[in-house]
Amino acid sequence: MNNYYYGFGRIILTIVMAMCLRIAPLPPGMAIFNPDWVLLTLIYWSLALPERVGIFHAWTFGLLTDVLTGRMFGQYALAYSLVIYICLKLHKRLRQFPLIQQGLFVFFCLLLSQLLLFFIKNLQHPAQLHGTFWLPVLSGTICWPFVHTLLRFVRLSKRVQ
Amino acid sequence: MAIVASVTLLVAEHRSNQLDFLRATLSFFIDPLKYLVDLPSVLIEQATDAVSSYTTLKKDNEHLREEQLIRQTQLLKLEALEKENIRLRALLENSFKLGEQVLVAELLAVNTVPYEHIVVVNKGTRFGVHQQQPVLDANGVVGQVYRTLPLTSEIMLITDPNHAIPVQVNRNGLLTIAVGSGQLNRLILPYLPSNADIHPGDLLITSGLGGTFPQGYPVAIVDDFSSQPEKPFASITATPTAKLDRNRELMIVWSNSTPMPLISNPISRTKVPVSHE
Repeated sequence: MNNYYYGFGRIILTIVMAMCLRIAPLPPGMAIFNPDWVLLTLIYWSLALPERVGIFHAWTFGLLTDVLTGRMFGQYALAYSLVIYICLKLHKRLRQFPLIQQGLFVFFCLLLSQLLLFFIKNLQHPAQLHGTFWLPVLSGTICWPFVHTLLRFVRLSKRVQ
Repeated sequence: MAIVASVTLLVAEHRSNQLDFLRATLSFFIDPLKYLVDLPSVLIEQATDAVSSYTTLKKDNEHLREEQLIRQTQLLKLEALEKENIRLRALLENSFKLGEQVLVAELLAVNTVPYEHIVVVNKGTRFGVHQQQPVLDANGVVGQVYRTLPLTSEIMLITDPNHAIPVQVNRNGLLTIAVGSGQLNRLILPYLPSNADIHPGDLLITSGLGGTFPQGYPVAIVDDFSSQPEKPFASITATPTAKLDRNRELMIVWSNSTPMPLISNPISRTKVPVSHE
């Protein structure tokens, strides 16, 4: 039991920091590149510690992200839990992949999440598809190696298992 | 499980606003994050205040004093004009302008959705802010309150692609609607015919139709008018007068409060009929 909670604060802290980054004030030119840090962090933890971070966490933090960004309730919760479900299913294979191949997988994860968000947005009221809507997917993929290295460092420095 | 739960939430939110309570509760955990993200810019502001020199402060002070004097003189005149306006409206048995009350709110430096023009301010339902309240700055209309949480509220700017504001041309009272373009310095007027009496440089003010925005506040200045021969409507763009990307202080307005008393005593004695629309 004690082992289970060991290092949990660290996981939460990284996700909270990701949430802060999510709403960080960037200049307008940069803001459209701001990737979905929360999802990237969740993907990392679900691949690294699948028995600790699961769909429940993804759903909870998705809901919190909904409140954070003022979206409709359940939008991010749905997208995150679907993506994390896929990650959990494939985590054994994905951990063997080199970083570039993982990056490709992350690209598709982010794309799936963004597609879901767009789909829900469209259900609400028909939205215009703007090219910049997809930029966070690209920038997220580019950021993945850094996120991976950083979180790996966090995990190993405290031996969170 | 999670999918069912989220779809339920989505449908529930779409159908009703019962979930506002849940959102308000969750926001108690989330709103501190917004203040946390805002902290660096506040600190920088305070630091620059702390190190700004005596001479700059003195210059600023003089400048402000001068400006205040000018404004005050203008206000003197305004009061007389307002009274006169009310008297004239009473003569016409028309409804008079409602009293307006403002609350100054400060922008939080957070960026929730990059492709939508929604900003967060540091006043929420605790200060009585409610949905659809107009928001102004010193130069014109900024937007309206889009969603309220206990500690913060979200404001949709007039330039958001999903926002439209009823306006009229100040010069001749021509009514139309200004729609946001998605660019911070541009509004679009898509519903005017090619022969409409409107020129670049015309000031657009709120028309008061629709009930959200009080009448008579400046919104934008027309900067381009071009008729399209093959289309029924002209293409007109305007620049908002409010400094949407530079202001940190905004004013949230209560416009539907109790009507301002007419010229207080004489009217009530002579009993001029007052009709409300």
